[in-house]
Amino acid sequence: MFNQKKFIVSHAPFWHDGSALSKKHYHIILAALPAVIPGIYTYGGRAVAVVAFSMATAILWELIINVIGKRQVSIGDGNAALIGLLLAMLLPATTPWWAVLTGTFVAVVIGKQIFGGLGGNPFNPVLLSIAILSVSWRGLFDFDEALLTYDFDFAMAYPLAALKHLGPDGVASFSVLDLLLGRQVGGIGSTCGILLIAGGLYLVVRGFIRWEISVSFLAGIFATALLFKFFGSPGQYEGPLFHLLTGYTLIGAFYLATEDSSSPVNFIPMLIYGAGCGVMTIFIRNVGDYVDGVVFAILLMNLVNPIIDKIRPKALGKVV
Amino acid sequence: MIKKSFFGTLKPRLEYAIIDVSPPDPQEIPASTSVQLFAGVALEQEKRHLLKAGDPVKAGQKLTLFENKDDYVTAPVSGTIAEMAPFYGDFGSKMTSITIDISENHEIDAHFKKIAPSPTRENAKEYLCCLPGRFPVSLFSDSEQKITTLLIMGMDTDLLTLTQQFIVKTKTPAIKSGILALKETTGIEKFVIAVPETLSQDAVSTGAIVKPVGSIYPAASPHLILNDILGKEIPAGQSFEDMGVAVVSAEAVASIGTAYDSGQIPAKKILTVIDKSGQAKMVSAVIGTPLKDIFTALNMTANHEDRIIAGGPMKGASVYTEDHPVCENTDAVMVQDRSVIPLISDNACINCGECVRACPANVPVNMLIRFLEAGQFMEGADSYDLYSCIECGLCSYVCTAKMPILQYIRLAKYELARIQKAEAENV
Repeated sequence: MFNQKKFIVSHAPFWHDGSALSKKHYHIILAALPAVIPGIYTYGGRAVAVVAFSMATAILWELIINVIGKRQVSIGDGNAALIGLLLAMLLPATTPWWAVLTGTFVAVVIGKQIFGGLGGNPFNPVLLSIAILSVSWRGLFDFDEALLTYDFDFAMAYPLAALKHLGPDGVASFSVLDLLLGRQVGGIGSTCGILLIAGGLYLVVRGFIRWEISVSFLAGIFATALLFKFFGSPGQYEGPLFHLLTGYTLIGAFYLATEDSSSPVNFIPMLIYGAGCGVMTIFIRNVGDYVDGVVFAILLMNLVNPIIDKIRPKALGKVV
Repeated sequence: MIKKSFFGTLKPRLEYAIIDVSPPDPQEIPASTSVQLFAGVALEQEKRHLLKAGDPVKAGQKLTLFENKDDYVTAPVSGTIAEMAPFYGDFGSKMTSITIDISENHEIDAHFKKIAPSPTRENAKEYLCCLPGRFPVSLFSDSEQKITTLLIMGMDTDLLTLTQQFIVKTKTPAIKSGILALKETTGIEKFVIAVPETLSQDAVSTGAIVKPVGSIYPAASPHLILNDILGKEIPAGQSFEDMGVAVVSAEAVASIGTAYDSGQIPAKKILTVIDKSGQAKMVSAVIGTPLKDIFTALNMTANHEDRIIAGGPMKGASVYTEDHPVCENTDAVMVQDRSVIPLISDNACINCGECVRACPANVPVNMLIRFLEAGQFMEGADSYDLYSCIECGLCSYVCTAKMPILQYIRLAKYELARIQKAEAENV
């Protein structure tokens, strides 16, 4: 009986499709990174510093919590790095180091780890952090003020702020092509529409994000903005294309609203959730006080996610 | 192993293996020196056993362990009993393993031959519980539940496996006479045979109603066949028998036909052997043959830390040793190399929803697993459709966090059954 061969024993199934947490997160990071390049091109070294510092501190916070909580070190799954990257992509390039450090602390520790880590967070950690930062230090996210020291060769105003303060006439100078190519003021990685769309489509095709959420998010924005333009008081509201290409819309649709833990998984709930995010975004932008509505719109829908995800098909053999 | 496709939005498409138009004959595995059988009852110290080591047995002889117990095994070979030992199956089920050393002269027990010309419910129950394919012996007993429909599985329920299709392809006359014998003995009127599209023509001559089954896993799961093809939905938590349906393999029916036609209890099991590269080969081995004999005959090796699976990749059961025997219902044997064995993790669910999209029974797996992980099995059963699960294993297969989802589900069902049993006994 000794020196007997030992075999691995477990219960079925014995196959796995090869997907993994790290694979998923690294692919999302890779898909998001190209959108950072225009930001670096525009803002130079400051942008690199913010991105690098944000990712590094996010990983560091995760590690610290792992060690304090005596849990398995989870920085390898790439989620902390992804949080750091997405946070930096939303921040203006001039964000001071302490704000980045605070931001990643809020995102990783308060947004994710205190809920039990990956998968436990009820809100998107990145958005929670942005919300807390922007409420605490409003000046940080006043892009016009933050980026005052730069001299661009394109329209120098933050499009959504211009819209809010000057109305549609004030944003007539923004061409769709400029907005698509990232020639607009905004967060480091949230301005270049074409690259965000390309990365998002890659993730959709590969199945790393759920297309239903992205599509219904964009559809919600389009429809609501259209309704405002046609039925609102004339000359007061801008059309849907402008809303789709400015602010955090695209990064929100593909990278933020689709965060796994805080979004629904059933088909109809995904559509409701996405559309809800889109509708709320336009309402906040057009009616509310904030310049951009994406952050609070998604956080609000995160809140109702557990309820709407109860809408699901009848299970096999379920007797009602 | 089939990996996720590049286009990840698609649902997993695991296709069943479909048998060739003219399959080659199965390779005969030469007789071993001993066979091992599992009797469904545990050895008990205080009771006198009717069998003991050294007893001679004949092929086809009924081996009963205790007096006044219905359970028995049928010796597939003639020889002497070498050893009787306790054996623990899945979930700690207690059994007795009986090892028989094969003698050189093959003697056949004559009892069955005498009664074979006149099949009755009693003699079927008496002799046919250990046939290849394992026919459920309860169908021969008088029970309160009236079985009206027999669903014959001419399609293998697991991937890569070809055994039942092979039986339909090559043994239609045996299935036909099996159905006739069953009509006589059990009184079941409706016989339905589920086969892949390609075997529809072959299956017609069995006389059963032919129902073609889709080619994408898990379409051949009996629950889904009943639901999609026969239009009967089993209320969650109820069994097939509650619905008046019994599910048997084509091989079991064919074995009954062969037994009554030839007057001998068949002892050879057809099985699909899947090597490390996923190549399938049909073999025919005597029930009780140790798996290592099959590996030797096919020039396969199972190394340290590989995995040996009795059954297919999604529904099989891994075994501890190469000495494990071929059982009556072992449709496949598979060896998985240590380098491709996917390991499970202790990650928490990240709510990506892959399982929910993959689940054929619409179980809210993402919610269910949260409760099961916390040990709240009852809550999972009450609110999150635990009993709707048909145990296809797709949730574990697609899980991004590599959670042992199906394993948790089976544990929950087992624990709940244990609690219910204990409560029933205490009342």
